[in-house]
Amino acid sequence: MASTTPQDTRGIAGGASAARPAKRSTKRSTKVPERVRLTGRRWWAEVGWRHVVGAVAIAFAVFPILYIISAAFNPIGSVGSTDLIPRAFSLVHFEALLTDPNRPFLRWFANTMVICTVVTVAQVFCSALAAYAFSRFRFKGRRGGLLSLLLIQMFPQFLAAVALFTMFTEIGDVVPGVGLNTLLGYGLVLMGGALGQVWLIKGFFDTVPKELDEAAVMDGAGHATIYFRIILPLIRPILAVTGLLAFIGIIGEFLLASIFLTGVSNKTLAVGLFGIIDADRSNNLGVFAAGALMTALPVVLLFQYLQRYIVGGLTSGAVKG
Amino acid sequence: MAMTLTSSPTPNPTQPKRTRQARTSGGTLALLVKVVTLGVVIGVAFALTPSLVGQGRWGFFAAIWVIVVALVATYATGRGLPAKYLLPGSLFLLVFVVYPVVATAVLSTTNFGDGTRSTKEETITQILGSSVVQAPDAPRYNLAVGTTGSVTTGPFTFLLVEPTSGDVFAGTPDGLEELDGATITQDFVTAADGFTILTPAQVNAASEVLGPFTVPTDGGAIRQLGIRQAFEGITVLQYDEATDTITNTQTGARYTPQQFGDSRFFTSDDGERLSDQSWLANIGFDNYQRVFTDSRISGDFLGIFVWTVAFATLSVATTFLLGLGLAMTLNDTRVRGQKFYRSILLLPYAIPGFISLLVWASFYNREFGLINNLTGLDINWFGNATTAKFAILLTNLWLGFPYMFLVATGALQSIPADLKEAASIDGASGFYGFRKVTFPLLLVGVAPLLVASFAFNFNNYNVIAFLTEGGPFSPQNPTAGGTDLLISYTIRLAFGFGGAQIGFAAAISVLLFVITGVMAAAQFRLTRSLEDVN
Repeated sequence: MASTTPQDTRGIAGGASAARPAKRSTKRSTKVPERVRLTGRRWWAEVGWRHVVGAVAIAFAVFPILYIISAAFNPIGSVGSTDLIPRAFSLVHFEALLTDPNRPFLRWFANTMVICTVVTVAQVFCSALAAYAFSRFRFKGRRGGLLSLLLIQMFPQFLAAVALFTMFTEIGDVVPGVGLNTLLGYGLVLMGGALGQVWLIKGFFDTVPKELDEAAVMDGAGHATIYFRIILPLIRPILAVTGLLAFIGIIGEFLLASIFLTGVSNKTLAVGLFGIIDADRSNNLGVFAAGALMTALPVVLLFQYLQRYIVGGLTSGAVKG
Repeated sequence: MAMTLTSSPTPNPTQPKRTRQARTSGGTLALLVKVVTLGVVIGVAFALTPSLVGQGRWGFFAAIWVIVVALVATYATGRGLPAKYLLPGSLFLLVFVVYPVVATAVLSTTNFGDGTRSTKEETITQILGSSVVQAPDAPRYNLAVGTTGSVTTGPFTFLLVEPTSGDVFAGTPDGLEELDGATITQDFVTAADGFTILTPAQVNAASEVLGPFTVPTDGGAIRQLGIRQAFEGITVLQYDEATDTITNTQTGARYTPQQFGDSRFFTSDDGERLSDQSWLANIGFDNYQRVFTDSRISGDFLGIFVWTVAFATLSVATTFLLGLGLAMTLNDTRVRGQKFYRSILLLPYAIPGFISLLVWASFYNREFGLINNLTGLDINWFGNATTAKFAILLTNLWLGFPYMFLVATGALQSIPADLKEAASIDGASGFYGFRKVTFPLLLVGVAPLLVASFAFNFNNYNVIAFLTEGGPFSPQNPTAGGTDLLISYTIRLAFGFGGAQIGFAAAISVLLFVITGVMAAAQFRLTRSLEDVN
């Protein structure tokens, strides 16, 4: 489901490129013999300039991140005193962030991680199930279903915020544990994106040869066995990629969280950190940056850890058709 | 998605007949999981049923049992194999996306908003109740407030004890009823079945709801008097349902409902309003009509629409071009450290969007912002519509290019090398070869992605909300900012001035949904013709 971060478009995306299995083996075999050691001007003309472009791109990509790091460690912590390169080093902002009982940062961190993990797993699980059906079975409404999925994901869920608010007010009257201002209720709302990764996973399924499941059927395996024992392990790369996409989408979700999670101890990092910087845009920059750094760190690490899957997972697959 | 729920599998020609037998031989673990899950779902439904029926929440009740029946029908039988895979996700989608969208569409035909939240009956009860005057000998009751829902918003019930007779009553806006089985301590109700009793502090905190709370009785009404007392007063107003009129029995003045904008008020013939309390009503397509006829809206609409389309188009174009350019530059086996470049270039994509946006917002600060500092410029970025637009596009470029870089890298790697080779043998190499061979192939792969990205940016509320909040605003036009997208403009219009106009906002949400959908459909049609090329 379209939620609210810019990164989110990727959720729907990618299916197309994934649907076209890569023939990287061919490519490599033709390229490798060509590789000759280039020198001097020839190297500059064909390879060297690429590094120059790469370096400029890296500068562009990295400078805001440097700024966050610099602000987080700069003891003054106002917009005016912050530069790209920190001139002083101090941990005051981290200390302020972790010790102020009015903003229980660790609690927000735990809330966010729980929500992100549980919802990501549940979303990817539902998407993978549905994608399997769309890839393997031919049934009435299949095409229509796929297309309407695409369409409905273009509707930002927060546009229906009033309806969701009313709905959860009522649910909360009956089951207080799932109402407004509960993490469970907020998590359920996010499950509206349960089929958000279907296109991407389906594209990958299409590249897994059917003969594999058919062979298993011949061996007398049941449907559940085939799916969980044979199919799911095969599509691990795309599960990693879609999981990552979902995770980033959820960690950045702001609007619905700001409506649903109003109690201090129920907040997610998005709402909590926004509250910090919104209270004083200039002078709270240091504390905000410290929090932002701690929020982004796990995501970046996860990203680097799963990097090998990302490009490969989007384009080819573990199983070559 | 409803069609997927009812779909039954058509025989699959590639699947051998044996599947049907295999289906029944699922492992015992699978069976166990199935039985336990279904058991839990049915158990929850049974547990909720009494309170749902008790409170008359029939929609909720029906929804729960429809879900249970759908789950049982799908998983307890051997039929409908695709449905087994589709149901979990589809249920979530139906309940938390499709239903809210439909509810929004329904809401868009009402005048729901601040001042129009209650029903007409509630409003009339309140109007009559507020005219209640306390006669010197008016009966008094000892009051406890109970709730069947939350202690802050109700629904509340007055739990009353008549001090002389000791009779116990439960009073709601529907009327007064005798109450059995309540626990009375010192002439006050201290416990009653199905109610949570509010503490005095909670009663005080809910005074906004309880103040106008009225229990109608014959010839009068019961109202709150302080925290622990209520009185029964007499009313001079009388409502006649047949003529939809409220009459003042002392002066003889008659008040009938009259329309003022979105609201309706009981008004006398000479224009005197009985109360400023309006009520929820169906107003058909008035909200939609207003979008197109309200000069304040239609005057700004065209300019904002053009900028919205331009913003979405430019965002997609700039991010895609930069991403593609970088992918083509770095996707060369002779470039060392590709992995390094990739992991650094993906960083902006790994930072949660709200963090990046807030940091970028500080970059554009005129005096202290990083951009003016680094470049030595003295530009008031958000003070002028043109520079503000540029700032927004630059920020969005930073946010979006890593994704396009990723996608383009993937797409480039999936283009068979022999195709390029064949093309270059035929003389199509260099830029010409790229334009004629690589690019069209690439476009086929990424076109749906670009469409999705366009749709996302079309409604990219976050970028505007965190960077400019729609500004800069000119003094002549405080409602439409220089960088407003349709979505930010309408959200402000709906919630910003003179209270929330939720019905109106819902109408605009529906319109945005339709516009986005139509544009996306058109773009898909266009790209499908691209797909036919090869």
